[in-house]
Amino acid sequence: MNYHPFVIPFTVGALFLFGVVFYKFYAWIAALDRKQKFMVKQNIFSFKTIRAIGEIFREALVHHNIYKKNPVLGYMHMSLAFGWFLLIVVGKIKASLYAGTFFEPPWLGIFFNFFAVDGHAFSYGEMLTFTMDFLLLIILSGLALAIIKRVKSSLLGMRKTTKHSRFDRIALSSLWFIFPLRLMAESTTASLHGNGGFLTNSVGHLIPSAIAPYAELPLWWAYSISLFVFFVALPYSRYMHIPTEVVLILLRNWGADTGEQLSGYTDIQLNSCSRCGICIDACQLNFAAGISDVQSVYFVRDARYKTLSDEVVNNCLMCGRCSNECPVGLELTLVRQQFRNKQEIPGKFYYEYTEPVESKAGVDVIYYAGCMTHLTPSIIISMKKIFEAAGVNYWFMDEDKGVCCGRPLRQQGFIQQSKNLVIKNSRIINSARAKLLVTSCPICYKSFREEYNLNLPVMHHTEYIEGLLADGRITLNASNVTVVYHDPCELGRGANIYEQPRNILRNFSLIESDYEKENSLCCGGSLSDAILDLRLQLKIRDHALGELTKDKPEVLVTACPLCKKSFVHGNKARVMDIAEIVAGNLKVIARKKQSVRKEELQLV
Amino acid sequence: MNKADVVVIGGGPAGIEAAYNLARDNHKVVLVEKEKEIFGHMQTAYTLFPNFQDASEIRSSLLQKTKHGNITLYNNSEVTQVSRENDFWRVQTINGLDFIAPAVLLASGFKTFDARYKEELGYGIYKGVITSVEFEEMLKVGKIQTANGEKPRRIAFLNCVGSRDEKVGNHYCSRVCCINAVKLSIEAKKQLPEVEAYCFYMDIRMSGQFYEELYRKSQEDFDVNYIRGRISEVAPTIDNRLQVKCEDTLSQTPLKMTVDLLVLMIGIEASEGTARIGEQVGVNGEYNFSKSISLHTADNKTKHQGFFLAGTCKRPLTVPETMADARAAALEIDLYLKSLSQ
Ligand SMILES: Cc1cc2nc3c(=O)[nH]c(=O)nc-3n(C[C@H](O)[C@H](O)[C@H](O)COP(=O)(O)OP(=O)(O)OC[C@H]3O[C@@H](n4cnc5c(N)ncnc54)[C@H](O)[C@@H]3O)c2cc1C
Ligand code: SF4
Ligand code: SF4
Ligand code: SF4
Repeated sequence: MNYHPFVIPFTVGALFLFGVVFYKFYAWIAALDRKQKFMVKQNIFSFKTIRAIGEIFREALVHHNIYKKNPVLGYMHMSLAFGWFLLIVVGKIKASLYAGTFFEPPWLGIFFNFFAVDGHAFSYGEMLTFTMDFLLLIILSGLALAIIKRVKSSLLGMRKTTKHSRFDRIALSSLWFIFPLRLMAESTTASLHGNGGFLTNSVGHLIPSAIAPYAELPLWWAYSISLFVFFVALPYSRYMHIPTEVVLILLRNWGADTGEQLSGYTDIQLNSCSRCGICIDACQLNFAAGISDVQSVYFVRDARYKTLSDEVVNNCLMCGRCSNECPVGLELTLVRQQFRNKQEIPGKFYYEYTEPVESKAGVDVIYYAGCMTHLTPSIIISMKKIFEAAGVNYWFMDEDKGVCCGRPLRQQGFIQQSKNLVIKNSRIINSARAKLLVTSCPICYKSFREEYNLNLPVMHHTEYIEGLLADGRITLNASNVTVVYHDPCELGRGANIYEQPRNILRNFSLIESDYEKENSLCCGGSLSDAILDLRLQLKIRDHALGELTKDKPEVLVTACPLCKKSFVHGNKARVMDIAEIVAGNLKVIARKKQSVRKEELQLV
Repeated sequence: MNKADVVVIGGGPAGIEAAYNLARDNHKVVLVEKEKEIFGHMQTAYTLFPNFQDASEIRSSLLQKTKHGNITLYNNSEVTQVSRENDFWRVQTINGLDFIAPAVLLASGFKTFDARYKEELGYGIYKGVITSVEFEEMLKVGKIQTANGEKPRRIAFLNCVGSRDEKVGNHYCSRVCCINAVKLSIEAKKQLPEVEAYCFYMDIRMSGQFYEELYRKSQEDFDVNYIRGRISEVAPTIDNRLQVKCEDTLSQTPLKMTVDLLVLMIGIEASEGTARIGEQVGVNGEYNFSKSISLHTADNKTKHQGFFLAGTCKRPLTVPETMADARAAALEIDLYLKSLSQ
């Protein structure tokens, strides 16, 4: 009989775990929104599922992404996750071979050495025992790293590690015990029966033979109980990420997206965070402003346990640096946005009163500068110059008065109010029947692309200017001014516009900073963080400015009026929008003057 | 290396007044000024608030004082290095002058805020946007005009440019610009009685003697209008004027106004010399203004023996305040030098 009462805690724990996990999965999937459900139905029987399984293997088991970011940390996660997985699989194979049936009791693989005291009397027994010992060794090495990380995270190349909740601590402590207890239990049995492998036999030799008979059973009991505690705590601890990530990867591959409102997919994302803490290191609020309790890991944790404070939801630049680094690929800013969404509030803040702008027909291009660009008139003047030089038939839509694109309101959670503005602008833009909408502000750009339903394509002026240059509609004088380019959050990580500005800046002497493209820093002037203390905001700016101007470029070029304004006040380098540096270097080609008002182009 | 009793850094009102008082007490004073001309910010002034005294009278009085036999004045001599050598201070200038003295007085004053940092106000972009200093120069030559040489119909003054502004990092009040706007608007109305004058403010700070009276007078006798609200945006109009936008925070309505000239009442910041020398000597305080040892009881002394402060290198001050402070500094230095010779 391969049974002993000590297997009860393990078996009960495992049943409980499966019950709770499946119940949660069921509830989340039922709470997916209509679009997400539709995507699942569309794609469940497609090649995407196979791709997802590959990704599950790579990410949920091998933790390839963490490995790429930090090899030691990656090894730690891999040894624990993949190692344990293999230990279960190999244990199962071994048990089945030993029992001669595939349907042996589930605990046999887990407590195999206790029951199979007769050594390796079955096919591949010796090899399998070796493998099991080897896997246990790998797991123990990962565990050692985990303990070191707890004690001193900087040793693993991390500046910060996460703080724990109660369930986390219970799960974590039991996890620390599981494998050392397994080693001790197996070794004790090995010392009595000689049925161990290279590791357990060797450790077994160290156990005094007088103690072994008395220690054996208590150790197996302890091992089983530690498994029980871990299984029961798991669904309420960070380790819930292990099963949940599998579901997340499937849904993501099937094309589910975060959406505007909270849904089951939000819960799945919240539960998939492994609290690796990589996002803390990515966050400028942490490394430039010294705030270390609002980062995505804490936001996700508090959202999951429903203990979110306003501070944690709102103190975020929405720069997207953390989403970019998150090894699980959580859409952290979008999820945070969902929690910012405010319910309808009574009052007059719905912008019905905004005056309509008369639409102008018969133009090719609509130029929408945006509210922020109106605070940097040199960008507007430069754009007018460029339009004129290229001979474009355009209409400056918000020249005299305009309606905000709505995104700043949305980012603060005023969705309804924001939508009112979207409707107003859409009407003006669509009725012009133009061919293209150009904007100077990355915030407006993202808003037009994602929130609007327009009858024409939208371009940020970086894309537009690049096109004009490529088509030869404007040309630039050769210049060897040294420039460094700052990717604005909303244009770079937000809209993937990386190459266009660089192509334009090839006309100058472009030098690289340490923070290019996806790794770009936030200028600190983000409109998304309405509660950050100004002094801290300036710290973020000064740090970013210091990094960008390290190699003493003559001009710091950016492509966002907000970034420009932040950096100008920092007083370190000459700051220009990309439109300005282009307008300042235009090769003047004789061309019939367009109807641009001459006096507006007068630069002092 | 030249020896002196005192080296005074900066030939503005503070430096000259202190040098003169030290010279009268028989100390050999070296007065070093970075610019070709002395007088500091009095150089460009037209009249002075609150009594509209002609600034040229102040200048000639100051000039007279520099002629004292115990003062040696060096123009075009920017101080680049101040260091302690044994019991003496060594002061070196950009043009190779090198002085050694038991006492140094820092009177390197202030600089005005660079309005280009507030791009939304259009300074350096639209010609109709000028600073208070430039407007004062127009008054001086009697030619208030737009970029096209026309007479302005409407002038707006905007207070607190570069002061009380978190975004540019200056939280403090510059103290002189509110009353200066009152002065400038009255002067504008005196020269162009037809012009409309508007003054945009956050609060009107009239703390000096006769200031409040002058503020009332500007409204009652000169028809100057005051609007509570900060101009947020400036844009050109079709007929080449300027449209300013702001919220009138008293009536709580957005406001647009077309003007011909927008005068920015730029604030006071520590001058570059003040910041640099303060750093070298180690007396830099908040916002790079220099820090005395005690505001109430020893406001001209620093933590270093023999290194003294006077005038606006410490904080925004008016001319009378600066001059009084300079005389107090001279007295402190006199006592210090006497204590050394005993
Ligand atoms: C627009 C405006 C209008 C004003 N109008 C009035 C008014 O009507 N009435 C009134 O009472 N006050 C007025 N004030 C205030 C007045 O200007 C100051 O109180 C006064 O100028 C302060 O004198 P100061 O000597 O301390 O500094 P400053 O006038 O700044 O003089 C400092 C001197 O030090 C020199 N210096 C700086 N660095 C160095 C260096 N490294 N080496 C050598 N020399 C150096 C400078 O060149 C300068 O000559 C006004 C201020 C402003 C901004
Ligand atoms: S949010 Fe992503 S990066 Fe941050 S702790 Fe969770 S898994 Fe790691
Ligand atoms: S979006 Fe930016 S500011 Fe917000 S938590 Fe992530 S890294 Fe930090
Ligand atoms: S004196 Fe008036 S204008 Fe100047 S900073 Fe103070 S409040 Fe603003």
